[in-house]
Amino acid sequence: MMPLLLVAAERGHTAIWMFLAFVAATLVITYFSARKSSDASGYFAAGRRITGWQNGLAVAGDYMSAASFLGIAGMIAFNGYDGFMYSVGFLVAYLTVLFVVAEPLRNAGKYTMADVLAYRLSPRPVRAVASLSTLTVSVFYMIAQMVGAGTLVRQLLPGVSYEVAVVGVGILMVVYVVFGGMLATTWVQIIKAILLMTGSIFLSFLVLAKFDFDLGKFFSSLTAITSTAADGTQVTRNFLTPGLLFKNPWDQISLGMALVFGTAGLPHILIRFYTVPDAKTARSSVVWAMIIIGLFYIMTTFFGFGAASLLGPDYIKTHGGTNMAAPELAHVLGGEVFFAFISAVAFATILAVVAGLTISASTSFAHDFFTNVLHHGKEQRPGAEVKVAQITAFVVGAAAIIIAILLGPTVNVAFLVGLAFAVAASANLPVIVFSIFWRRFNTVGAVTGLLVGLVSSIALIAVSPDFMANPIFPLKNPALLSIPLGFIGAILGTLLSREPEAERRFTELTVRANTGLGAEKASPH
Amino acid sequence: MSFPPSNNSDLTPETASPTDIAPLGQPAQKPRHEQTADEEMAAANWDAIAADPDFISLIKAKAAFIVPATVFFIVYYFALPIGVGWFPKLMETRVLGDMNLAYLFALSQFFMAWILAFLYVAVAAGWDRRASALLEKFHARRGI
Repeated sequence: MMPLLLVAAERGHTAIWMFLAFVAATLVITYFSARKSSDASGYFAAGRRITGWQNGLAVAGDYMSAASFLGIAGMIAFNGYDGFMYSVGFLVAYLTVLFVVAEPLRNAGKYTMADVLAYRLSPRPVRAVASLSTLTVSVFYMIAQMVGAGTLVRQLLPGVSYEVAVVGVGILMVVYVVFGGMLATTWVQIIKAILLMTGSIFLSFLVLAKFDFDLGKFFSSLTAITSTAADGTQVTRNFLTPGLLFKNPWDQISLGMALVFGTAGLPHILIRFYTVPDAKTARSSVVWAMIIIGLFYIMTTFFGFGAASLLGPDYIKTHGGTNMAAPELAHVLGGEVFFAFISAVAFATILAVVAGLTISASTSFAHDFFTNVLHHGKEQRPGAEVKVAQITAFVVGAAAIIIAILLGPTVNVAFLVGLAFAVAASANLPVIVFSIFWRRFNTVGAVTGLLVGLVSSIALIAVSPDFMANPIFPLKNPALLSIPLGFIGAILGTLLSREPEAERRFTELTVRANTGLGAEKASPH
Repeated sequence: MSFPPSNNSDLTPETASPTDIAPLGQPAQKPRHEQTADEEMAAANWDAIAADPDFISLIKAKAAFIVPATVFFIVYYFALPIGVGWFPKLMETRVLGDMNLAYLFALSQFFMAWILAFLYVAVAAGWDRRASALLEKFHARRGI
């Protein structure tokens, strides 16, 4: 492998040109989307005219963040098998989305997750708390993505600083969302998903070509990966062995719970199901997304383990570190142009995810909080809701830029992502499930469930090993405890009071959710 | 930034009136003459539909697939971290060349998820037909 390691071509600015081409394409899309996004359904739900496969690609583009592309590749390249465990959880999570939430949500809601809760519960308190939870998840996740973007850019695009990258990403996401709404966001995500899949397939192909397309040979090469340990000694490990990264099995269980139950509570994923014409299309879009997401995560085998085998952990460590495993592999195997392409893909990945997060945050604030909590479900002026969402997107973008710059490149972003999934799993999922399936469930239960899930996730992370030298809570991810707490909070709150109106309207919700009667239609034209 | 005027096909009244935002939550009923056929039918018949034997059997059919499928995938998925965490020696057993049980089990999760998803789509097509037949029936009864 030595000749491979000697490739150290002078890095040109190819990556910057490719990235600018992507930005130009997305801005053209935004320009054309802006004309179609004038009314509320056009702006918030792309007119509900996105097709199944398009929405599948967009869900995949919304979901596969830089953390999963660069982070998982790096984790596998450094620690082998344990990194691949993440890949599994990210796909299996979609069964919860498919079986439990996608269709009822599409049938009974309009623009946000809270629509389904407010359908039979008292709308103002439920929407206020659901909006708080949505904003918490979206903003924490967004800051994680932006810090990631800032740190990556210094390695991928020489000459561009952390601050410039953060401001650039922030401005672009605000432009997409403010001017192009959900339609522009959707197409940015579709293009990103296609680019990411193209890059991953080609990278996997190049890796397998090195092993003469012999899987046996590929896996054999993984059984003895040599790297330098912290104390300077050489260690050779079988990278297919579990347990090289995670020492406490409970950490794995807790993380698995956060992924499998959290994905179905991520607001930016859920609102994607409002962009399709009906529940049947929502269902097929989940399946399209599962095909794409599954293929992508299976390919992490090739470029994650491939980086370990062909480059070795030591090489990656001296060439940018964990997050650079996939781009460096592309550099060594595919040369300067492919490195530039993969770098541009990494940026497209970040942009598509932050755009999705921005629109979910601003939709929730405008639709749930402004229109329904402050103004009792009545627009004061025509178009006010869209206008408020645009202003919110601007404010959220500015806040995310400032916070990401203040936190700086050294902040531990893993806990922000963990927090987003934990809050989604512990606060959002219990109340969604209960409002769809439990007749007795009521407003008090929804409010206590959301608040207990939200507060317990944040509190447990604050006393976890990520924050304390002598942690009070031993697990990195709080899901193992915070999900049961969220469910218990919702159950206890419900049992404290009775709400005949909510029980009566459960019948209506059940009929709607299961037949699609009265569901929002796609806009004509 | 510019906000184009609302398009002409949108007949929403212009000032301080319920818009398309309003019907969520627990809104006031629209006056009868403003309701579309669907809304009128829907407002009247939720309870009738819910009580219909065809609807009840549809819900049962859905539960009969979704509940076992959900239990199965949760058990199958968590068997992986449990196996890897507490039975590492077993999971290190080499099965196919150098591929060990741990990797093959992880890989099998992808196929498990895809198979369950495709099964769900196949079964759900039947539910769609039953749901539309049910709605047909209530449309038909509406005039009586």
